Amino acid sequence: MNPLLKSILSTEFGFAILRVMTPLLFPALGVAISALAGATNIALEGIMIVSACAGVLVSAFTHSLVLSLFAGLAAGIALAALLGYFHLKLRADIFLAAIALNLFAAGISIVFLFLFTGDKGSTSSLKSQLFPAVDIPLLQNVPVLGPIFSGHNILTYASIVSVFLYWLITFKTPLGLRIRAVGQNPDAAQSVGINVNRTRMYALLLSGFFGSLGGLYLCMGYVSWFARDISAGRGFIAIAAATLGGNLPLGTFLSSLLFGAVNALANYLAPLKVPSEFIQMTPYLATAVALAIYAAQAMRKRRRKVREGAPEGTP
Amino acid sequence: MEKFVLKYFNLIRTIIAILIGLVISVCLIYLVSKDPGFSLKQFLLGPFLSRGRFSNMIESLSPILFCGLAIAVAFQARQFNVGAEGSLFLGAAVGTAFAVSTRMPIFLHIPLVLLVAGVVGAAWNYIPGLLKARWNASELVSSLMMNYVAYFLGLYLINFHFRDKAAGYLVSLQLPQTAWLQQFIPDTRMHWGIVLSLVFAVLVWFFLYHSTTGYEVRMTGYNEKFARFGGIRVSRIVILSQVILGLIAGIGGMTEVMGIHHRFNWQISPGYGWDGVIVAIIGRNHPLLIVAASLFLAYMRVGGQVLTLMSDVPAEMVTVIQSVIILLITAEAFLSRWRYGITVREAARKVAAR
Repeated sequence: MNPLLKSILSTEFGFAILRVMTPLLFPALGVAISALAGATNIALEGIMIVSACAGVLVSAFTHSLVLSLFAGLAAGIALAALLGYFHLKLRADIFLAAIALNLFAAGISIVFLFLFTGDKGSTSSLKSQLFPAVDIPLLQNVPVLGPIFSGHNILTYASIVSVFLYWLITFKTPLGLRIRAVGQNPDAAQSVGINVNRTRMYALLLSGFFGSLGGLYLCMGYVSWFARDISAGRGFIAIAAATLGGNLPLGTFLSSLLFGAVNALANYLAPLKVPSEFIQMTPYLATAVALAIYAAQAMRKRRRKVREGAPEGTP
Repeated sequence: MEKFVLKYFNLIRTIIAILIGLVISVCLIYLVSKDPGFSLKQFLLGPFLSRGRFSNMIESLSPILFCGLAIAVAFQARQFNVGAEGSLFLGAAVGTAFAVSTRMPIFLHIPLVLLVAGVVGAAWNYIPGLLKARWNASELVSSLMMNYVAYFLGLYLINFHFRDKAAGYLVSLQLPQTAWLQQFIPDTRMHWGIVLSLVFAVLVWFFLYHSTTGYEVRMTGYNEKFARFGGIRVSRIVILSQVILGLIAGIGGMTEVMGIHHRFNWQISPGYGWDGVIVAIIGRNHPLLIVAASLFLAYMRVGGQVLTLMSDVPAEMVTVIQSVIILLITAEAFLSRWRYGITVREAARKVAAR
């Protein structure tokens, strides 16, 4: 059999997909919830970086996994709060503020790293702890499924639980309803007494929460150190994944899975001298096409509404 | 005095933001460095202390300035297209391919190669423009996606078809000498592309502030509905502004290849497109101020490099300062109370004078 086909059909490949998907799924959920609220957060790259950095530093100095989890979450959520403050309170454009915060995160993490370790590049000198891998009882003994789905890092399972959590928050809680209302039509939401800015702030904080978990996974699961540029554009890929998934729980999950599969495939192709570039570009192309299709549909719907005599602006 | 503040409020606000950024940098240096006085001197004066560093500063100007001008045209029309990076990358890749596979005299080769790179960049950004104009699809997301596609396309083109197998690392074949932008000061790498970028700054300024289409671009940016009401074909401007962005960015990428490396040597995206966003914000989308902003960014970058080499402060400190400056400049409410107070007092004085 073709060696490539053989490796793709192996269970390790299935395992790799989930492994690669995790640091995309978390930030994708983060983008999705902010986009639902109408304040798309493109600072997930920065959020992942600061949470990864804080997690590793605290882990190295306290040797406590729980403390580093909280430190990572605190750092990521703080950055999201900063974005919210500048966008909602100081009326900065959210995209420009997010671009600035991505820069800020890249810089401040290295400065802190240097302050605590004296190293300008990475924390390879520090021994960071890892979130544990978990074998799922019973499932781990099932052939094929066991090696694919069992033995992952606990945060990989957490990411899948987060999809459910995301669904729960957005579709089953009053806050979720407010978030969606604010995203669809802020004026209408305001007219029924919803505090638009506060709701958006909550959405941004939640997006910081999801993003931080992604950052923590990166440096305390995927690898065990922090290095500059550790998130390597995943925060931006997350925008694609959320857009492709229509910002919905299942859609975001599936598109993150697709991005994971494509990246895993590209890793497998790399040594074979096959132009993996075309495979790597597919998800981005797919996202652009999906974006165009959504937009076209939305436009058509709006036009139909206008034709039927509904006032402009009604969703 | 207060009248003066009111008139130049935006400029003053920008300068205050930059000063705050510099104060923070001083604080950071004192926090991190063991010999803060020396480090601070290296950071602020370093770029001027040797001829090499000074020329580094000028050399790094052209791609930043090109991208800043490109972004400014789109931002003036309020199109948040961040596709400069992709246009620059793909434009330079295709331009390199073209330059390597053609032979012609220098006076034809240079403009043709630049044209090819520019046209590729422009065509690339036509897509997000079209999607926005026709279906109101977010140009930010689509241009971001197109950046990645451009990156992989460019890599494929260079690595699989125009790779120099004799070189020890992944680079394209060397450009024929007829496609090199020569140095205008010998023994430095300051090449004519830098002069070209300055020419473009004037051209873009003229376009935006002294041409009908430029007026339409700015009008669309101020108030799209009003522009439409005034008879401006907004969807045309939406597309055009993004196409111009791609054109300028493509040319900018190519000058870097033709003037500095003489090969396409980017294996990761160089990030000039994002630098362009930075200088466009600092220069408040005004082409001539963007020249100053690009110089400022280049100065900070070289200062950062000097810091890394000569002192114990990491160059990333510069990134922190940049981000603080951008945040303060984009925050509309920053200092708005101050202006409000001045406006009220001015008005009261006028009423009293009457």
